[in-house]
Amino acid sequence: MAPKTKESLDLREDYGTKYGFKDPEDYVFKAKKGLSRKIVEEISWMKKEPGWMTEFRLKAYDIFLSKPMPTWGNCDLINQIDFSEIYYYLKPTDGTAKSWDDVPENIKNTFEKLGIPQAEQKFLAGVTAQYESEAVYHAVNKDLEKQGVIFTDMDTALKEHPKLVRKYFSTVIPPEDNKFAALNSAVWSGGSFIYLPKNAKVDLPLQAYFRINAAKAGQFERTLIIADEGSSVHYIEGCTAPSISEDALHSAVVELIGMKGSHIRYTTIQNWANNVFNLVTKRAMAHENAFVEWVDGNIGSKLTMKFPAVYLVGKGARADILSVAFAGKGQHQDTGGKLVFAAPNTSGTIISKSVSMDGGRSSYRGLIKTYPQATDVKVNVRCDALLLDDESRSDTYPTMEIDGKRADIGHEASVSKIGDEQLFYLMSRGLSENDATSMIVNGFFEAFTKELPLEYSVELNRLIQLEMEGSIG
Amino acid sequence: MLALLEVKDLHVEIDGKAILKGLNLTIKKGEVHAIMGPNGSGKSTLSNVLMGHPSYTITQGTILFEGEDITTLAVNERAKKGMFLAFQYPTAIPGVTVANFVRTALKAILGDEKQAVKTFRKLLKEKMALLKMDIKFATRYVNDGFSGGEKKRLEILQMAVLNPKLSILDETDSGLDIDALRIVSEGINTIAANSDEKGVLLITHYQRMLDYVKPNFIHVLQDGVITKSGGPELALELEQTGYLAAETATA
Repeated sequence: MAPKTKESLDLREDYGTKYGFKDPEDYVFKAKKGLSRKIVEEISWMKKEPGWMTEFRLKAYDIFLSKPMPTWGNCDLINQIDFSEIYYYLKPTDGTAKSWDDVPENIKNTFEKLGIPQAEQKFLAGVTAQYESEAVYHAVNKDLEKQGVIFTDMDTALKEHPKLVRKYFSTVIPPEDNKFAALNSAVWSGGSFIYLPKNAKVDLPLQAYFRINAAKAGQFERTLIIADEGSSVHYIEGCTAPSISEDALHSAVVELIGMKGSHIRYTTIQNWANNVFNLVTKRAMAHENAFVEWVDGNIGSKLTMKFPAVYLVGKGARADILSVAFAGKGQHQDTGGKLVFAAPNTSGTIISKSVSMDGGRSSYRGLIKTYPQATDVKVNVRCDALLLDDESRSDTYPTMEIDGKRADIGHEASVSKIGDEQLFYLMSRGLSENDATSMIVNGFFEAFTKELPLEYSVELNRLIQLEMEGSIG
Repeated sequence: MLALLEVKDLHVEIDGKAILKGLNLTIKKGEVHAIMGPNGSGKSTLSNVLMGHPSYTITQGTILFEGEDITTLAVNERAKKGMFLAFQYPTAIPGVTVANFVRTALKAILGDEKQAVKTFRKLLKEKMALLKMDIKFATRYVNDGFSGGEKKRLEILQMAVLNPKLSILDETDSGLDIDALRIVSEGINTIAANSDEKGVLLITHYQRMLDYVKPNFIHVLQDGVITKSGGPELALELEQTGYLAAETATA
């Protein structure tokens, strides 16, 4: 073992204070552990929701009960989830704060440690920060308001824009889709709502942060983005969960609707504590000549199952999915992407990159499907896996169902190991074995990090370094 | 004067096969040594072992750097002490830019981040100009899709920026056309060979590089031992009468 450098020790301390902190729990309302029809009703009642949403939740709850657990993927891990041991709703403060001054001190501390106010000043066009289950802080830039852009949390959207929400909510991912989408539909709380009117252009990325604080707190955020004709937006969410000892469940639903000629880029960097089950359903509809991008980075968690999907339903639509995952000890990153082509002259790419170390496992799971009406489709899939040792594992599960004529499909996959020659080369330039390894890994992820705003790519490189020190150092 | 590098009775194996069989070599500051020998004589093994490659086993003998025994020292610690190996076949590091790589190396060698950041930009530009490299080169990924000549130039660029006390150049002349050979050689001369404070060990199959970088001493390596040592005249002598002419013809 190489001795730790001073720098790496500092980073570790920083990690504890910056990401591992945990505020004392102080909630106005905390529903009982476990899930029942009554809890679902209570959540809806607490939120003073309209009747249709209560009905929607209850119906989703029935679907959740009727659906079996998935029989594919890592069943050993997924069956460890005990739904009766989870809190389904937590409300940290009474109401949503409009300005920074109204935010309670301990929550403010959390955000200050995450650097949100500073980041806002410099970069953000708007901030919605989700603490537990509801947004407590929210600011929207004047320019967005002028363009008629709505950027708010999902609960507020339901109150203030009921027609829009009712029109689009759950149209991309119905509760029937899968057991976890049904669960989210029953107990969802928070998440972002964005509506862009025709031709609205948001140049700066809209950002939101998510955290899980209370042990056993399930987080079931629900995000819906509607980009009307000719509009464009880049939405970023960064998630850092503190280290908590009991298993936590994160099960989000994210729906994107890209109307004719619109552009949506949705960037996620998730760094969950190693006991979190991260089971997320993300899907987008891309209409005529729309362009939808999922940029998805997964670090941490016990098990992540996430396959961002794009349904290309209008001619000329385009989709790019870029997914990276880092699987450390005891972790399984089951990620990938799905492209479903249902219109002619559509195209898409999936790029997946994974690193596994210390017995970690990463899987690429992908679907390419073209319907008969989807002629002249172009698809390119590339998945690269990097293994840092012999105990780690990587597998790929690609599925292709091609029913459209003149499909041009490329698929490339590679698995590589960090070789002695690469390490020797870098170490001969003075780098320690740890630094050499993280340089190779950061290089491997470059295709992803170069797509991120600078502060995120710096952050991601640091997080990866920390993950690696956690096991190597 | 304390020798920069002193190799005493070095015996080295790889996969149970003996490669070096009692090699002795002393390099003092201000000296340029060349080791010549046919394929399979142990030239590359020597350069790898001096830098600490983990695949080789030293069964006997010692390596001293400035009087200190470094026989079992980690690779990166050797680099920090001022040793540098210009690789014959440098490996690619996809996704890592030349600038990032060289800056990280400089930081590691200096052990001082502030100093490295402060001087890096200017240093890199200056050394790239010396080696007649386009500044765009700095944004390419390390050795990824590089031609043979570009790889060799990048090795010398690193040497220029890191400024080592001892530079070991393993077949740096191979893969270079005549213009590139001249530029790289001039670079080596400016950086190290003409300095009284530094030492250079050229490992080469051919004598053509020795027309540009003039060694003070030439050693012939055959079957794991140095069979002959002499001054610059030895290269020419070997070319006319020795095995080298034959080797060159069939290579």
